[in-house]
Amino acid sequence: MSDNYVPSSKFGKWFNDRLPLLSLSAHLREYPTPKNLNYWWTFGAILTFCLVAQIATGIVLAMHYVAHADLAFNSIEHIMRDINYGWLLRYLHSNGSSMFFLAVYIHIFRSLFYGSHKSPREIIWVLGMLIYILMMATAFMGYVLPWGQMSFWAATVITNLFTAIPLIGDSITTWFWGGYAVDNPTLNRFFSLHYLFPFLILGLVILHIWALHVPGNNNPTGIEIQKPSKDTVPFHPYITMKDIFALLIFLIIFCGFVFFSPNILGHPDNYIPANPMVTPSHIVPEWYLLPFYAILRSVPDKLGGVILLFASLFILVGLPWLDRSKVKSAIFRPIYKWFFWLLVLDVLVLGYMGAAPAEGTYLLIARVATAYYFLHFLVILPVLSSVEKTDPLPLSISDPVLKG
Amino acid sequence: MFKKNLKFSLIILFLISFTNLFGADKELMKVNWSFKGITGKFDRSSLQRGYQVYNEVCASCHSMDLLSYRNLGEKGGPEFSVDQVKAIAANFEVTDGPDSQGEMFTRPGRPSDKFVSPYPNVQASMAANGGSYPPDMSVLVKARKGGADYIYSVLMGYEEAPEGFELEDGVYYNKYMDGNKIKMVKPLAEGSVSYSDGTEATESQMAMDVTTFLTWASEPHLEARHQIGLKVIMYLIILTILVYLSMRRLWSRINPEE
Amino acid sequence: MEKSGKKNNRRDFLFTASYTIGAVGIGATIWPFIDQMNPDSSVKALATTEVNISQIEPGKSITVLWRGKPVFIKRRTQSEISEAQSVDLNELKHPEKDEDRVKKSEWLVMLGICTHLGCVPLSNKGEYNGWFCPCHGSHYDTSGRIRKGPAPVNMEIPKYEFVDSNTIKIG
Repeated sequence: MSDNYVPSSKFGKWFNDRLPLLSLSAHLREYPTPKNLNYWWTFGAILTFCLVAQIATGIVLAMHYVAHADLAFNSIEHIMRDINYGWLLRYLHSNGSSMFFLAVYIHIFRSLFYGSHKSPREIIWVLGMLIYILMMATAFMGYVLPWGQMSFWAATVITNLFTAIPLIGDSITTWFWGGYAVDNPTLNRFFSLHYLFPFLILGLVILHIWALHVPGNNNPTGIEIQKPSKDTVPFHPYITMKDIFALLIFLIIFCGFVFFSPNILGHPDNYIPANPMVTPSHIVPEWYLLPFYAILRSVPDKLGGVILLFASLFILVGLPWLDRSKVKSAIFRPIYKWFFWLLVLDVLVLGYMGAAPAEGTYLLIARVATAYYFLHFLVILPVLSSVEKTDPLPLSISDPVLKG
Repeated sequence: MFKKNLKFSLIILFLISFTNLFGADKELMKVNWSFKGITGKFDRSSLQRGYQVYNEVCASCHSMDLLSYRNLGEKGGPEFSVDQVKAIAANFEVTDGPDSQGEMFTRPGRPSDKFVSPYPNVQASMAANGGSYPPDMSVLVKARKGGADYIYSVLMGYEEAPEGFELEDGVYYNKYMDGNKIKMVKPLAEGSVSYSDGTEATESQMAMDVTTFLTWASEPHLEARHQIGLKVIMYLIILTILVYLSMRRLWSRINPEE
Repeated sequence: MEKSGKKNNRRDFLFTASYTIGAVGIGATIWPFIDQMNPDSSVKALATTEVNISQIEPGKSITVLWRGKPVFIKRRTQSEISEAQSVDLNELKHPEKDEDRVKKSEWLVMLGICTHLGCVPLSNKGEYNGWFCPCHGSHYDTSGRIRKGPAPVNMEIPKYEFVDSNTIKIG
């Protein structure tokens, strides 16, 4: 915290002595940030906007939504048809969810490329992973709320996974459902938790930013800098302006979806009211969960699939300890760079296979992609840590070597 | 820098190549819908004719539970006049009650009433239609892949079954249905409806009008969405340019060569 | 010196323009969040109700539900009408002429809610031949005006009109 900050007004001084909000604000405004950050660094601010937007639209939608199996679908149509600007708030929330995940994936891959997860930033990374997991849980429960065919059947398929747990699986699943299948009790509790989780996410985001402010931001070179110094700029107005610019571009894309193609990222089957007697021909989750869905279905054994699914997440959590290269940024890691892009490709392939029927060639490709995913984290990264010959690092971030 | 761009482009191309990969779909019939595109709007008279087709042909089996008669007069829709809407609503018998004796009774419809369903519940609907449920049409266009094109194609897609194709009783061949089988008899024929505005009621005309009407029923605020959207995007572009210039001006202090 | 001053002005203008236009956008964005709490179109559709009054005998009244509240529609007898018209305004806590409270003197259309604390008064009761509120003892006359008791003003007359001689549209 900026210990030498003195508020300009008497009231400000009096208040700040009792609750140092003004000092906090000054700390955030002045925070020395590397001056060479590129646009991949704007996604933190974009994500904060997404969280606020989802909470704001979610709260107003919750004023009209009815969380009962008999009424949910119609209550959403009531929002779309009768509530003033209801259609806008609903499409902002549903497309906002997709934009939130798009931003989080870019944010995560930024970390992977520039080594933002490495020491001393391991806890920021772990917090980020917790936020990501909560996001997925929130999105999963949120998708169930409209009580369409996909809502119901995705909930059924995924909650049925818990029955794979030996001995206690069935009891846990029944407890989770509040009944013997996904039904009204499940819907009600999903609504309660869907409202709660974003505030847990908010808390974790605050910890995430707090943890970041200890070492300070990473930067494209991956070399640690002194702060403050000639290598840093105060967060406001330099970084705030840049973040606002990036946010505006992001908003244009967001509004493109909301106003001109609001249902393209969704599935038409979710406009059919849930029917426990009829299963849709292809059950698919929303696009942002597809890679995990592909990994799940790669394994013919139910428990195996579940284990691999959770393993794929937990490996990510362990990344700072799997990738031990002292050089952070892929700019100076010529071999790692190729493997990074291969990983991006692998995740995209997994995503596509998640949407495909789990049979024949598609299944084969999914299995190869799944194997490669684990290979990357468990074998390639540790091996590279030892054998890769990295490029020489510049002396500072202002080094003329870095231009272009 | 170039290498990175190359990798990006390869990935984008890779992504695009997958668009038609699974479920090789039959090419749907394409219509130049007035409501498609960023400035898309509904053709008012087409909507009114479409309502007539829905009412006279479809409504005997297909409900539209989520619409109210007053929607027919609201902005962005068929925009029938207040009196026309009252008259349309009054044509239908609506169940109301209980009265002071505890009995349910029927009365003529009002604009605030929901569209009257042909059947009291799903089971009655299935029983009357050979075990099949004629789906509610309130959001049907959004509930089918291909949307308006799909609905139009199915309506126009009845054909003679090819040699050797097995069709059970009460099942018909349709080029665009999944599995080529449909339990609905061909609903439209030349002159099925006698349009009150005098338009010739060809099959394709009726199919187009009713599909337009169904699209509006699924998305009654489409026009407002497009109009507001256009303004929002223009505004964002202008603001982005201003902020970009401000940002560059600001950063010129840090990077003087910029 | 002059050059840097001009530059500063252009820069300030750019920043000010950005902030202002940005603020407009934020305001426009906030409006839907506020407006969604206003009555929606299904509620507004029930904002008016038409009532058939052809079955009401003289001296009788009906109560209809309008916007969630009871509305008394009373077909007054000639004696009730003359009684209402002949009251001296000085006797009234809330002076209102009967002629100002009705469109057709035979028909009294008013919100059946006591203006004291909101209970529904009982008809044909009370010392003034009108309504009596059992909650705290307010008495209303044949024009629905407060005559005795704690209610501060006369029972409210809603917006209504005669669509034809058999139908009243309220709201």
